[in-house]
Amino acid sequence: MSYPQTNSLLAKVNIRYLRPSFWLQCVFILLLALVLFGPIMNLLIWTVTESWYFPHALPSQWGFKYWQQVFNPYSDVSGSLFTSLLIAVLTVVVCLIVSIPAGYALSKRSMPFRIFWMLLFLIPQAFPNLTVYMNIARLFYDFGLNGTLLGVIIVHSVHGLMFSIWISVAAFSSTDPMLERASRNLGAGPFYTFFHIVLPQAAPGLIASSIFVFLESLDEFTGTFFVGSPNITTLPLLLYTASMEGNYQIASITALILLVPSILFMVIIHKFMKPEMLSKLGK
Amino acid sequence: MCWLLEVNMRQTTSPNLLKHRLWLIVPAALMVGIFFLYPLGFSLYSAITLDDGGFTLSHLNKAFDLYSKDILFTIIIVLVSVAILAVLSITIAALITLSPFRSLTKTLGFLYRLPLFIPFIVTAQMMRTFLAKNGLMNNAFVASGLLTPMDTVSFLGWSGIIITFVWKQLAFSTLLISGAMAALDESQIRAARNLGASRLSILFQIILPQITSTLGVAMVLSIVTMMSVLSVPLMIGTGSPTMMTADMAFRINSYGDYHVANALGLVSYCICAGLAWFYLRQNLKEKGAN
Repeated sequence: MSYPQTNSLLAKVNIRYLRPSFWLQCVFILLLALVLFGPIMNLLIWTVTESWYFPHALPSQWGFKYWQQVFNPYSDVSGSLFTSLLIAVLTVVVCLIVSIPAGYALSKRSMPFRIFWMLLFLIPQAFPNLTVYMNIARLFYDFGLNGTLLGVIIVHSVHGLMFSIWISVAAFSSTDPMLERASRNLGAGPFYTFFHIVLPQAAPGLIASSIFVFLESLDEFTGTFFVGSPNITTLPLLLYTASMEGNYQIASITALILLVPSILFMVIIHKFMKPEMLSKLGK
Repeated sequence: MCWLLEVNMRQTTSPNLLKHRLWLIVPAALMVGIFFLYPLGFSLYSAITLDDGGFTLSHLNKAFDLYSKDILFTIIIVLVSVAILAVLSITIAALITLSPFRSLTKTLGFLYRLPLFIPFIVTAQMMRTFLAKNGLMNNAFVASGLLTPMDTVSFLGWSGIIITFVWKQLAFSTLLISGAMAALDESQIRAARNLGASRLSILFQIILPQITSTLGVAMVLSIVTMMSVLSVPLMIGTGSPTMMTADMAFRINSYGDYHVANALGLVSYCICAGLAWFYLRQNLKEKGAN
């Protein structure tokens, strides 16, 4: 770690790096990295494995055979990838339609029972939701919604509502009320004002909330397991079935497909949070 | 201009507009009401009533008869995971806040967030292969000479469930806790340092007492998450005992027995409520003591 430093602090820095706590922390970080990357590595290896039996430390045969199988246009994977994306996009649409007005209304402090409403939308995240899903499935069965796209979208939307409403409340709260008032005073109607003045200001927050809802929907398993099966197969359900059948290659490739948006978003978030992180570090 | 503003402000607080704004919330509130609160209420109702609507405790009794072992197992798993989670995330957050080595904290800050958006189902699949008898973990131990191939054991089971939960939830709870630590008044820490306090005593005497509420929130949310995840116990937990979530799914899929499944659900609510209550009481006690 003693890379060349040209400034006069060199001596001081070197003394600090010789302290045992530095090495202790290095070891801790190294262990953490191993623990975090180990499972991911294992997943990656399985995606390019053709056969891997017990005492072998690594696969005995490598190859992309299963990738061809997965990306065959007639495979289950492409079908459920399409279903997953369709459901996720429609869920985002539903969440936006419902949460933009609610978020706008709740961003005003004068809203009666504001705390109550905010807590109401927190509830779907604050209860163990498995029980709720199985009862929704039972209710949906009576209405013929079980195993339909609409049923799954409803379940995902309720689950994502907390993110979309809480984030859009924050987004609308950060808009400048004087601009809105000025627009009204200059004679613009409430709808014109909302769409041309308020909404553009809140757009970044709304996009963030949409990304959250999209990811939540893409990754949702439990609700789809009860409400969607057997007709709707999303990627998580396909992954589960493949894994339970011992078909680890297909399961791993599916998992990798699910990982891509997650990691992408992580990197974006990390980029956004960098300045905040630096200030966090005290300097 | 001034009177215009005044008129406008009066307008925004007039009851007519307030009603108008309440109307904006109605669709969202209806969605939560119909598709969450109603099934939630229904599950509670179904747990304690017979098919004809009479009150009964027989479902709860049956749930305890059949699954008391699993209920206990669930509580133990959740508590152990939360304990490990608390220790690890405090350690990481404290390192980030207090460590003098900037390059290390930067690495750490990136590392711990890695699992933040990795879905539970993907985590479960990774761990299913990683922790298995011929998984990468055991293979690494064998390759490094720590174990022979015959000594390896599969971690799929209770320990695997705990590892998976901790692995996945670590990012979330550390994010909350290090956020709380970053929000603390830095002059306190600097003052303590100047007065000669060690970093460890700063952590225990200055930082931790101020972030207990955030720690509590992070832990309660993690508990709720662990109690509702179905994929991990199904994919990692093998055989019996298993977690209650797996039992509920089994009860429904194999028997269509909603009463006992809902009774188990009721028990899981009670566990969550109990743990949340414990946290609240502890919090209040501390506030009272100060």
